[in-house]
Amino acid sequence: MASQHQTPTAHHEPSFPWQYVIGYVLSLVLTVIPLWLVLDHVLTPTPLTIGILFCAVLQIFVQLFMFMHFTHGDGSGEPAYQTVVLSIGFFFTVVFAGASIWIMSFSSQVQ
Amino acid sequence: MNTVPHWGIFITEPMILGSDVMIVLTSVAIVFALTKFKKWGWLWREWLTTVDHKKIGIMYMIAALLMLFRGGVDAELMRTQLALPNLSFLDAEHYDEIFTTHGTIMILFMAMPFVFALFNIVVPLQIGARDVAFPYLNAISFWLFFFGAFLMNISFVIGGSPDAGWTSYPPLSELGFSNGPGQNYYLLALQISGIGSIATGINFLVTILKMRAPGMTLWRMPLFTWSVLATSILILFAFPALTIALALLLLDRTLGTHFFTMLHGGNPMMFINLFWIWGHPEVYIVILPAFGVFSEVISTFSRKATFGYGSMVFALVAISIVGFLTWVHHFFTMGAGADVNTFFAIATMVIAIPTGVKVFNWLFTMYRGRIRMTLPMMWAVAFIPCFAIGGATGVMLAVAPADYQYHNSYFLIAHFHQVLIGGTVFGMIAGMYYWWPKMFGFLLDERLGKWAFWFFNIGFYVCFLPQYALGLMGMTRRIYTYPAGLGWTVPNFISTIGAYLMGIGFLFIVWQVIYSVKYGERDVTGDPWDGRTLEWSLPSPAPHYNFATIPTIEGRDAWWMAKQGQLDKNAFLPKKSDIKPIHMPKNSGRPFILSICFFIIGIGLVFGVVPFDVIGGLGVAFCMFRRSFEYDTDYYIPVDEVIHTESALGRLQG
Amino acid sequence: MTTLAHNNVEHHHGAGDHVHVDYPERPIEYQTQDGALKILGFWVFLATDLILFACLFATFIVLRTHTDGGPTGKELFDVPIFTAETLILLTSSFTGGLATFEMHRGHRNRVIGWLIITALLGLSFVGLEVNEFVHMAMEGATMQRSAFLSAFFTLVGTHGCHVSLGILWMTGIIIQLFQRGITPITARKVYIVNMYWHFLDVVWVFLFTIVYLMGVM
Repeated sequence: MASQHQTPTAHHEPSFPWQYVIGYVLSLVLTVIPLWLVLDHVLTPTPLTIGILFCAVLQIFVQLFMFMHFTHGDGSGEPAYQTVVLSIGFFFTVVFAGASIWIMSFSSQVQ
Repeated sequence: MNTVPHWGIFITEPMILGSDVMIVLTSVAIVFALTKFKKWGWLWREWLTTVDHKKIGIMYMIAALLMLFRGGVDAELMRTQLALPNLSFLDAEHYDEIFTTHGTIMILFMAMPFVFALFNIVVPLQIGARDVAFPYLNAISFWLFFFGAFLMNISFVIGGSPDAGWTSYPPLSELGFSNGPGQNYYLLALQISGIGSIATGINFLVTILKMRAPGMTLWRMPLFTWSVLATSILILFAFPALTIALALLLLDRTLGTHFFTMLHGGNPMMFINLFWIWGHPEVYIVILPAFGVFSEVISTFSRKATFGYGSMVFALVAISIVGFLTWVHHFFTMGAGADVNTFFAIATMVIAIPTGVKVFNWLFTMYRGRIRMTLPMMWAVAFIPCFAIGGATGVMLAVAPADYQYHNSYFLIAHFHQVLIGGTVFGMIAGMYYWWPKMFGFLLDERLGKWAFWFFNIGFYVCFLPQYALGLMGMTRRIYTYPAGLGWTVPNFISTIGAYLMGIGFLFIVWQVIYSVKYGERDVTGDPWDGRTLEWSLPSPAPHYNFATIPTIEGRDAWWMAKQGQLDKNAFLPKKSDIKPIHMPKNSGRPFILSICFFIIGIGLVFGVVPFDVIGGLGVAFCMFRRSFEYDTDYYIPVDEVIHTESALGRLQG
Repeated sequence: MTTLAHNNVEHHHGAGDHVHVDYPERPIEYQTQDGALKILGFWVFLATDLILFACLFATFIVLRTHTDGGPTGKELFDVPIFTAETLILLTSSFTGGLATFEMHRGHRNRVIGWLIITALLGLSFVGLEVNEFVHMAMEGATMQRSAFLSAFFTLVGTHGCHVSLGILWMTGIIIQLFQRGITPITARKVYIVNMYWHFLDVVWVFLFTIVYLMGVM
């Protein structure tokens, strides 16, 4: 059994994992920025919250597109259904979390 | 934790003792019969280890009918207690347990498995697939449901049933107010079967997206399959909310956290919020497949294509999305504020629009059709006025200010029974009659079925119409008795008569099934209703690989078009030269064993017996580990065997 | 698994295994029909898992101010610790990605190497988190103290359980790679476990932002 087993139909990948390296660097940058924003108190709370959430959303895109092959089909020529399903998932994530906060805000004075 | 089991709990009361005796006698009879007729091997090989979607579907259906019986008995007991004022047929505690198990069982252990039964029986056959995408996972789903239901049902005889209502709101369901194993039974039974439900949602979504026969585009899919697609989306995004709601309540009860407690910052309303994030889509989960059934049945028995196919699909998808945006209407009275209530009230009213579109489309499908009043069609036709009334009272309830009056009254009870029975139960019974020959190869007797239909339908209105009036007269749900002189006596008495009539209707269905096993008309053609969709191109029952060769689909209702001469009918029959070895999954006993391990964990958590949790947990881990290392999971049916089967069925060509 | 619309029976010899290949022209993880179904099925599972976390997040956000006079996030969260956790998890997501990359190039040993590194990083993440939890509990900040802490431990702990499960799972796949090399079946397993791993990073990004950063704001 050859240790470096080459599959007969090896997928044509570039010789250096550029996509992953760029993704990694971007994710580091998108981690450091919100950390700096929070620790150095450069913004007032509301823009700060929006800013760090924005970085988090960008970071998700990095993971999905650079690492997870979010829009790649399976080679059958059919659509990449996962894009649709997971997008609906993200939509309901926002709906459930956002609406719960809105609905439950009537009792926010409770400690 | 809270309760240590002691033998006294088995014999505390005559009713429980009676149930104990019944269970022991029935179990002994089953064991005796299986041993005497040497059926243990058959049971294990053909049923407990099967991954065949058709058999799993049949098991779901049998379980659903048994649970319909159990939940129905609960209902009859409640109606008996309420027939007259100040009765003491049931005491308050028993009444509480019974309305809790009635609701829980009817929604989660009757409606859900009935829906999944039809998913399993119909979808692969309708889309031209040989099984679902993940047959092994499908078996796990079934057995998790089965043992979840088992856990729920043994609560009555071992330790006490849950009694905080099927919605199980804290703080009543917290440890301080429900200090017994009952509430734990509820949480664990729902959690275990819920895992199975999520897996079923994944399974059928992938099956429908990826396993359709060549040529069957999404726009050529039968409407039942479309309804399953929409339902799967609802399951996927709704059930995790239930998982979380139950898990957090269990943490409160077992580890002493403070999510929903009255102390240390807990907020009981958050449970209600999470519960209904699941709970509202859940009612669409059980109604959309019924809509799918009605589309198939009405189109077949009107001999017309469904009117407005595109708008039917649009309505299904719209309901499955907007259905997620209405959950607050279950707790308008929480007082979240005018803006919150307004948004959710409007969303609730909006969802009546696609539903209305569907109702009109069914009516227009029947218009100028050549209608045949068979049993499935009778239930479908009966559904329309029933659901229209239920829908209209639903819109009344959606008006948030008015809901402060209706909330938790018998008006609400009447409303949701009207949509759940008139929608889901009618739909499931129609579906059962419609696909029964496909499952078993014979038809159910029409004459007995008509008796069942009329008893059940008349009984339904007699039972529930008075409850609207009772609600408006101020009778609230979940009261176990009431004083005379409020004017509630006559409507309650009438309602109870209706419940008995429905019970008689159910007994007729049982009689009909038993009678038809022996005397029912055999289905030798595979197409007893002159159907339109692909499953009717197969023999009844279908061979276990379903399709010897996968047909290419060249139109919507392709089988109907072929019968009309618009397409080549021979395309649906296998040619000898085209038959290849068929790739099939192997049976496995592991889903059954895995689910037993979950059951053991459940028992351990219900009674706080840690060794059970450890043993069950290790069992689950071991099963999953073995599965990961299992490579020998499938096999090929040789060509000769397929040819032999198909020629015995007289279908082989060339 | 079962419906073979196309029946290109081919046999592929990887480490002595006979793997039935349906689609030799596709990327290796998609070469069996079963592989394509399972990868899509796992995507769908991730969507449901996302909703699971959404509900936990919703609960946390609703209860985050309900500290009952007990310790708050600002008092409890340690910036260097959660920053280290974040960097470790980000790096492990990257090394997991490199395992997928090498898998497509057919280098079995490199795949195994990257997976071992990924699992070790995961293990150190879990170690840090357990340490963090123990410290909090010793200061009296237990999950029984307040609704905020109940929600905090449950949300972060659920993610930690996911990571721990991922480590066990990855270990099983590493063993299978040793036994069988890269075949369409083991490739599918590597691909899926890495999807899971990246997804846990996605969830962590929100834990980092909403629980920790907003906690210390």
